[in-house]
Amino acid sequence: MTNRTRTPRTLSAFYLVCSLLVWALVGSTTAHAELTIRITEGADAAIPVAVVPFAESGSIPTGDKISSIVQDDLTMTGEFRTLAPEKMLSLPSKRSEVYFRDWRLLGQRYVLVGELTRSGDRVQARYELFDVNREERILGESASAGINSMRTLAHHISDKVYEAITGVPGAFSTRLAYVTLQRSGSEALYRLQVSDVDGKRASIRLESDEPILSPAWSPDGKKLAYVSFETGRPAVYIHELSSGNRTRIAEFRGLNSAPAWSDDGRSLLLTLSKDGNAEIYRMDIASKDLKRLTNHWSIDTEASWDHTGNGFFFTSDRSGGPQIYHKSSEGAEPRRITFGSRYNARPRPDPEGKFVYYVHQRNGAFHIARTNLSNGEETVLTRTESDESPSVAPNGRMLIYATKQSGRSVLTVISADGGAAYSLPASEGDVREPAWSPILR
Amino acid sequence: MNISAHQKAFAMVLSLGLVAGCSSTGDTMGEDEYGSDVQAVDQDGGSTVYGGSEDGGVSSTGLTDEEMREREERAEQEAMRNITTFYFDFDTAEIKPEAREVLVAHARYLESNPNQQVRLEGHGDERGTKEYNLALGERRANAVERFLIVNGASRGQLETVSYGEEKPAVMGSNESAWAQNRRVELVFE
Repeated sequence: MTNRTRTPRTLSAFYLVCSLLVWALVGSTTAHAELTIRITEGADAAIPVAVVPFAESGSIPTGDKISSIVQDDLTMTGEFRTLAPEKMLSLPSKRSEVYFRDWRLLGQRYVLVGELTRSGDRVQARYELFDVNREERILGESASAGINSMRTLAHHISDKVYEAITGVPGAFSTRLAYVTLQRSGSEALYRLQVSDVDGKRASIRLESDEPILSPAWSPDGKKLAYVSFETGRPAVYIHELSSGNRTRIAEFRGLNSAPAWSDDGRSLLLTLSKDGNAEIYRMDIASKDLKRLTNHWSIDTEASWDHTGNGFFFTSDRSGGPQIYHKSSEGAEPRRITFGSRYNARPRPDPEGKFVYYVHQRNGAFHIARTNLSNGEETVLTRTESDESPSVAPNGRMLIYATKQSGRSVLTVISADGGAAYSLPASEGDVREPAWSPILR
Repeated sequence: MNISAHQKAFAMVLSLGLVAGCSSTGDTMGEDEYGSDVQAVDQDGGSTVYGGSEDGGVSSTGLTDEEMREREERAEQEAMRNITTFYFDFDTAEIKPEAREVLVAHARYLESNPNQQVRLEGHGDERGTKEYNLALGERRANAVERFLIVNGASRGQLETVSYGEEKPAVMGSNESAWAQNRRVELVFE
């Protein structure tokens, strides 16, 4: 099912010159423009885990192999090192077949075994995770999914394994929203897409020849807010993913941009310039009532709620250049957070309130950096040089951002301390503006 | 939608031509050749008008001079108005000194053509964050808007929009591309 929306021309004859198409797309129909993972850097202190290919009984869908997906998920984080199946001495699928001594000899700390059983149009996975040194089972579960949802099942298992080992919920079942851009001559094609965190199962949700920016997930993961220029001017939209229904929520004179959802999903922080210059407002979505939260002649933008939900971080150039500020409540005095260089922008706090991540300029290059909020210590996390749009995973352990590789914009995922990395280039053109979804229930 | 690079280059050539034209008048028809009391104005058809000498020419010459000046000024203003793109330094919205005279010409034209509408499109280079650049592009467009209003345009004639870094005039990640992308474009509608 595909919706095509042609937006009415609002402004003037000027627009007749440029063709303008907006497509709102519904459902996960298309799988093209998929991103492909490229591991660029491994962490030093990776934990060795053996993911044994799962035993199969009945007709299990071929193609997406559950154990390979789990293996890829764990490797992707940089926190784990997996063992190639051909190096395994045996391929157990249940406890009685696990010889801990063998796995110890292979230098493994954990072993995941399991079995897939077909029943009707569903596949059931029974799996167990063992601590090799303690010779103990630390996880055992049975989970099932429809035969077309093998990737969903695999990411679920990855989440459980990750949590059993690290104590932190996994974020493999979450999704990414991002914008791809293809240019040919003066023509541009922007596509808002949603995919799994490994770039698979991508689907296009909106297509436009005018810019699409700043996608932001609602806390329930069911909607996206974003900026689209489809009328020729920036406006903020709310897009319900299951139906494809869209609402233009902010179209004031001037800027309408940088949406950020509140924890309860009822309001958005927005950057509007209707009162003269870029200021931050909170909009109640149901009533559209606005409350102005900043008041300064400088640029105030890129707001993001902090972990308490009472205060927020934002970018302001009130000191001369862009810097990160924090307001502990809507009415509090802003406190400057960054001092390390002349350009620090687009703050994104982690879910626990320990760090704030942002774009940081140093020696002419733009990196992702973070500041420890308890002691003010700043760490530059990336070595890439045109970094933008950091977005923190809902478990706080990873970070996705956009950077350039050979002149093209790609997405890169790093661990939250900057350790490991993998990149997600688009098959063609640029991919930018990543937004990591909340944990989906 | 965007003025092509071609047109822009044309506008820049025009602007250079303007400057060159002014100085060459002084150089080639200077004191050395014609003496201090003789002024020469080279015009389209190549006719040369002499005037300003103490006893000759009387009123008709003076009037012609004035007409010439007016015409020249008009032509100059028109030529200036071919320049519709104005550039900015990194992270600033300050109108450069060399842009002022051209913007004044635009403002005067708008003042005498109150039905003319102009869209001021603000842009930034690719460096830094997209949302901040969106605000910066707007600040640049607003700076040009204020300048035009102060110099005679009325608010109702002007509309601003910022595209941030989304519509670069020149592709590329180097100083030259960045400098050409930090700009405000006047789009007459």
